[in-house]
Amino acid sequence: MAARTSSRAGIAWHATPLAPLVLVSGPEDLLAERAVGLVIEQARATHGEVEISDVDAAAYESGMLDVLASPSLFGEPRVVVVRRVEACNDAFLTDALEHLDHLADDVHLVLQHGGGVRGKKLLDAVKSAGHPVVVCEAIKKDSDKTAFVSDELRRAGRRADAGGVRALVEAVGSDLRELASAVAQLVADTKGTIGAQVVEQYYGGRIEATGFRVADAAVAGKVAESVALLRHAMSTGVDPVPLVAALAAKLRTLAKVAAMRGRSGMSAGDLGLAPWQVDRARKELGRWTPETLAAAIDAVAQADAEVKGASRDPRFAVERAVLRVATAAASD
Amino acid sequence: MSVWDDVVGQEAAVRTFREAVADPRAMTHAWLVTGPPGSGRSTAARAFAAALQCPDDGCGHCHECTTVLGGTHPDVTLVATERLTIGIEETRGLVALAQRAPSQGRWRVVVVEDADRMAERTSNVLLKAIEEPPERTVWLLCAPSPQDVVVTIRSRARLVGLRVPPPEAVAELLVTRDGVDPEIAHVAARAAQSHVGVARRLARDPEARERRSKVLSIPASIRGVGDAVLAAGELVEIAQADAKAATADRDAAERAELLRSLGAEGETRLPPALRAQLTQLEKDQKRRATRVQRDVLDRAMVDLLSLFRDVLMVQLGAGLELMNVEHREVVTELAQSSTPEQTLHRMDAIGVARTRLAGNVAPLLAVEAMTLAFRPQVRQLG
Repeated sequence: MAARTSSRAGIAWHATPLAPLVLVSGPEDLLAERAVGLVIEQARATHGEVEISDVDAAAYESGMLDVLASPSLFGEPRVVVVRRVEACNDAFLTDALEHLDHLADDVHLVLQHGGGVRGKKLLDAVKSAGHPVVVCEAIKKDSDKTAFVSDELRRAGRRADAGGVRALVEAVGSDLRELASAVAQLVADTKGTIGAQVVEQYYGGRIEATGFRVADAAVAGKVAESVALLRHAMSTGVDPVPLVAALAAKLRTLAKVAAMRGRSGMSAGDLGLAPWQVDRARKELGRWTPETLAAAIDAVAQADAEVKGASRDPRFAVERAVLRVATAAASD
Repeated sequence: MSVWDDVVGQEAAVRTFREAVADPRAMTHAWLVTGPPGSGRSTAARAFAAALQCPDDGCGHCHECTTVLGGTHPDVTLVATERLTIGIEETRGLVALAQRAPSQGRWRVVVVEDADRMAERTSNVLLKAIEEPPERTVWLLCAPSPQDVVVTIRSRARLVGLRVPPPEAVAELLVTRDGVDPEIAHVAARAAQSHVGVARRLARDPEARERRSKVLSIPASIRGVGDAVLAAGELVEIAQADAKAATADRDAAERAELLRSLGAEGETRLPPALRAQLTQLEKDQKRRATRVQRDVLDRAMVDLLSLFRDVLMVQLGAGLELMNVEHREVVTELAQSSTPEQTLHRMDAIGVARTRLAGNVAPLLAVEAMTLAFRPQVRQLG
């Protein structure tokens, strides 16, 4: 990641310097927060006691910046953090632009800008004046997450093999904060190179369970696995309704492919299926008889009614449907 | 001529209404008009409202009668929804409206044509207003059956039940009012199970008849699970096409009208301030489409029920007249290839599917579960 950010002529968050003015720019909250934290830490290390003020740029009132950043009677060093500059009001823009010309030495001003065009004039002025700019780009792609994890580990003086990193990203990668804290946990609790096994020990089974994975497991007759996945999915906030819809879609594909076997001259395209879906369904159909398939579809239809208000406990309804489907598939 | 002319085959109910109009002692402040779909609930309610406003107790040609029947009388409010339910905000508006004295007529009348399309919470908003309305306010609620409205409303209103009009009466209405060929009118009236609106559409629109035959041919074509799922997909597709045909033109016209009234006609990029209004319109249209699609599917299921009713009748040798006269072959074939138990099981499955559909189950899934029960392999009662 360090390589990537330096190519953009910005500073990575972990290299945030202490300066009269630091611009923290980019949409990744966690990194921005860390950069701001670093400034405060360094200020404390240099000056001892510091006064910290936190300002929301959207709720800024004219003159506030001068009050907070003007030299005080006791000469106490200060850090002024202005958050959400991307949503700032006009009063802030005017004051900030003016303030750029007379920055005080013992005041450290941190501007946090979450991205967007608002306040561009201020950003440009800051950049052209040569103040340090910390770039916190969004980490969305899996490759970025992998880089993030390696980076975190390297700074902690640890290593992980490729499998370990991948397992970790798969397990907790949906949220960057969670990923960061998982890394911290592993660093604190384990020794040596972090491999897939260690991750499995700590975050085993914590897979990002989607409705489709639940449905795949159920249709394949893996009773225990499907219920475990279902519980995971629901405890990570997947709603029962799409879970049921995924089951229904899966069973529908099976039935359609079964119909295809019976008659010639019917292609996957006619049924609105992709070729890989057909291949997969063909394999899965081995476990099913027409009767079990019919019973499973009926159970899912019943569950759909139940998750939409016909029963008191939608979670139970889904679980029962998953169990019915999975046991029907496993029954021969 | 009188306002009661269009209320077909409901002599008893009409008598009750007439008495109430003529004799103040027979009048009451809240009425619940019930009857199966197509029995003319809203027609009856409108006729009653007209008779209440008319100086001549429902002559059918005075200013009062024509404006009420046309839906433009200032003291008669007609509430019907094209969405799935009547909203609570709308209902609160009605309650406020009911407090006002009539501006010119004798009564202020509020006709709720789909009282069954109210959530319980919404119904509760009405309670107080229905229990103690101002002196000259009348509520007319319509619902398929008394069970469709909450018990607290039911107990506050006077019940008038409409019966299913005899098919002969419906056929006659089609002939005299719409000029339909008597033979077609008769078949249509039977096929529509005396539902006046449906009978009229069947009699006048050959495509509707075509779609109906397609639906009725489905049960005999199902041999296995695959067929059932494909047939379900087809059925839902027919319904979607039907619903789309019914709404597409209107959607486009409404959109053009809105853009015109906003002064944004022909603009490629809508200013942000106006976008919200367009989004709202699109949302409303989507809700309407959902409702239409569901109604169409439900009608298809009722058609299937009528088919199995005929099948069962043949199987039991009851000797009554068929509802689906023009599908006699399908009926005989099904009657021979299955047992009465199977037929009953299939009818149950249709009933379950209808309940599920009303409970917001994904239409395709509900229909799949239904068509699966049509398979010849299903023998036991479920």
